[in-house]
Amino acid sequence: MRAVLAIQRGMSGEPPRVERFEVSFEAGQSVLDGLRIVRQQADPSLAFRFSCINANACKECMMLIDGDVDYACTVRLKEGVTALAPLPKKALIRDLVTEIAPPDERLRF
Amino acid sequence: MSSSENNAATDQPMHLDTDVLVIGSGAAGMYAALEAARAGASVILAERSLIGRGGATVMAQMTVAAALAEQTPDHWEHHLSDTLAAGRGLCDEGLAALLCEDGPRRLREMDDWKVGWAREDGHIKQAQAPGHDRPRCAYVDFLSTGPAVSRALRSRLNSAGAVRRIGELLIVEISVRDGQACGATALHLTTGRAVTLAAKAVVIATGGLTGLYRRNSASSNMVGDGYALALRAGAELIDMEFVQFFPIGHLAPRLVGMDPIMWDPFRYKLGGKLLNAEMREFETDYVDQDSRSDGRYVLTRDLATYAITKEVEAGRGSPAGGAYLSFQHVPEAEMRSAFGPVVDRLAANGIDLASRPVEVAPIAHYHMGGIRVDSMLQTRVAGLYACGEAVGGANGANRLSGNAITEAFVFGARAGRNAAQRALQASSHWEPQAARPALDLLRSTERRDAPNLAAIVVELKALMADGVGPFRTADKLRLAAQAIARLKTEIGQSPVSSATPFDTVLVDWLDLRNMLLVAQSVTLAALARTESRGAHQREDHPALDETWSVNQTVSLSGGQLHLGRSPPSRQRTLP
Ligand SMILES: Cc1cc2nc3c(=O)[nH]c(=O)nc-3n(C[C@H](O)[C@H](O)[C@H](O)COP(=O)(O)OP(=O)(O)OC[C@H]3O[C@@H](n4cnc5c(N)ncnc54)[C@H](O)[C@@H]3O)c2cc1C
Ligand code: FES
Repeated sequence: MRAVLAIQRGMSGEPPRVERFEVSFEAGQSVLDGLRIVRQQADPSLAFRFSCINANACKECMMLIDGDVDYACTVRLKEGVTALAPLPKKALIRDLVTEIAPPDERLRF
Repeated sequence: MSSSENNAATDQPMHLDTDVLVIGSGAAGMYAALEAARAGASVILAERSLIGRGGATVMAQMTVAAALAEQTPDHWEHHLSDTLAAGRGLCDEGLAALLCEDGPRRLREMDDWKVGWAREDGHIKQAQAPGHDRPRCAYVDFLSTGPAVSRALRSRLNSAGAVRRIGELLIVEISVRDGQACGATALHLTTGRAVTLAAKAVVIATGGLTGLYRRNSASSNMVGDGYALALRAGAELIDMEFVQFFPIGHLAPRLVGMDPIMWDPFRYKLGGKLLNAEMREFETDYVDQDSRSDGRYVLTRDLATYAITKEVEAGRGSPAGGAYLSFQHVPEAEMRSAFGPVVDRLAANGIDLASRPVEVAPIAHYHMGGIRVDSMLQTRVAGLYACGEAVGGANGANRLSGNAITEAFVFGARAGRNAAQRALQASSHWEPQAARPALDLLRSTERRDAPNLAAIVVELKALMADGVGPFRTADKLRLAAQAIARLKTEIGQSPVSSATPFDTVLVDWLDLRNMLLVAQSVTLAALARTESRGAHQREDHPALDETWSVNQTVSLSGGQLHLGRSPPSRQRTLP
């Protein structure tokens, strides 16, 4: 099966652009699996947060998936297009990465 | 393209000052920070991911072992006997004794901090786990031990005040001056800027290395950073050949949103059956090779890994290359009461245990080896401490289930306190020059056509699984060593960058620099140990050899790794 990930990319202050990547997948694989495949096969500079991969414990992989806030590690890949965008209410860092750390756990320059 | 595009190169690094720097915020690092602050030191807790979320601790779902004597009479000496037996002659007895003796105190402290240990009839409930002679393992329902531990420690930290917590700060190098650890250099991920940190004592709490393997239970941050940091700082590693493979990691069907090692507690509670392709239970075929099996839940982890691997090799594996785990014999009501809400989470994954077994296989799960420390949790570099899974020695050749989180609590607390005591007496050895090599490395970052580093990470994991996995031979190990050397050449001497901020390519490069050094350490030690013991199984040397009742150490000098040997420490004196 093949999925197309339409990913909003860019840094804060830049006009966002959407890039599309096609990945083949097996039933049950997650959107996070798809993003990791994109880095390995197409563009290693693609930025997204994740840590625990399978456990759904770190809660770092939240993003907008087809318009809804969800975890990339629990939403399944599907055939056709899936739209991915950074969380809308958080400051954008780059690509799908936003500022989600609690304020008193950040370093300020 | 020129190197000037990288922020780490052009901008002045930010500088921070502290008494104690703790690297990593799992249970060990958070406990270390709390205890260092309690002893009166100023503390920076640095974490490459987000505080309390990046490592194994938050993912752990099972149990924590300590002789609490709540369920049944117990004494820490019994826990120690079991720990030493599992370690097959290689435990550092002082560290193992510290783990077992201090464990109950820490679990009770966590109880005071509202971790929420499961209770029964007014006492903390303790479950039986393999290798333990009695019910000794506390837990938090349902499958919530790690998240609960992490939450309790985090909220403690929030109210402690004296600890400055900094997430998204990847420690790249530890600085040593006059033979003393004096600080570190870091990359701030969200800005791409370099940060230097002066500290009078440094505690490594970076967790394990199982992310070096293809099938693992690791988070993306568990790639052995601490071992590489310690080696380059001049410290020794110990027992690096002992990587624990968890026998029944989830294999198929694809299970998303749950820990791949979640089956173990259910196998306990419900007596799940391990079956081969012939749908026959095979564990008992392997029992008499091991005096430690209790005849019921049958094999310790290394033997269960062996049994499944051998079944697969004999052509009796499940379709995805493992074994079946079946609960079909368990009545629905019992299943409900044991699994609770987990049944629904499984159903969402299309898994119905009443009608079909799942497939399981060995996955890399824990590292017994690690940084060599003395009874003060200090390395041979003054002022450099280590704790948690990053430390080697307490568990010898194999770890009992439940010992890792206890180890993180106990060693974390001790390392934090000892580091603080040193910091409060010592003067700073820091000078900006000490960060020079690391800053130069970050400044040498360039954009160049490099192989896809994310793909190289995948390649390294595959070669470690195939060549340095649970069953080893000299030939396979030599091939792995050659492949690692080739990958080292491929990634080159200077870092590659893509775009800042959140430079994923640069992080891959820095990770690979560490991973390759650590992979080399594991391979070297595994090749030298020509026997089979605990988690290190050599197919060309299948028996335990008494002359190998020694620990191997790894150190780095002149750019080369060196192996050493020493008899296991039997010293029991606690500081
Ligand atoms: C899925 C799973 C389940 C487990 N279940 C159990 C169980 O039930 N019982 C048990 O006893 N043990 C269990 N273990 C083992 C146990 O969880 C770990 O050994 C223990 O939690 C390790 O704690 P730690 O604090 O040493 O490391 P971790 O919790 O792994 O924390 C290390 C931290 O260091 C950070 N870090 C790493 N490198 C750097 C760097 N360069 N700079 C800054 N930060 C860095 C990481 O991001 C991470 O947050 C389990 C392990 C896993 C993976
Ligand atoms: S990757 Fe950890 S919750 Fe999704």
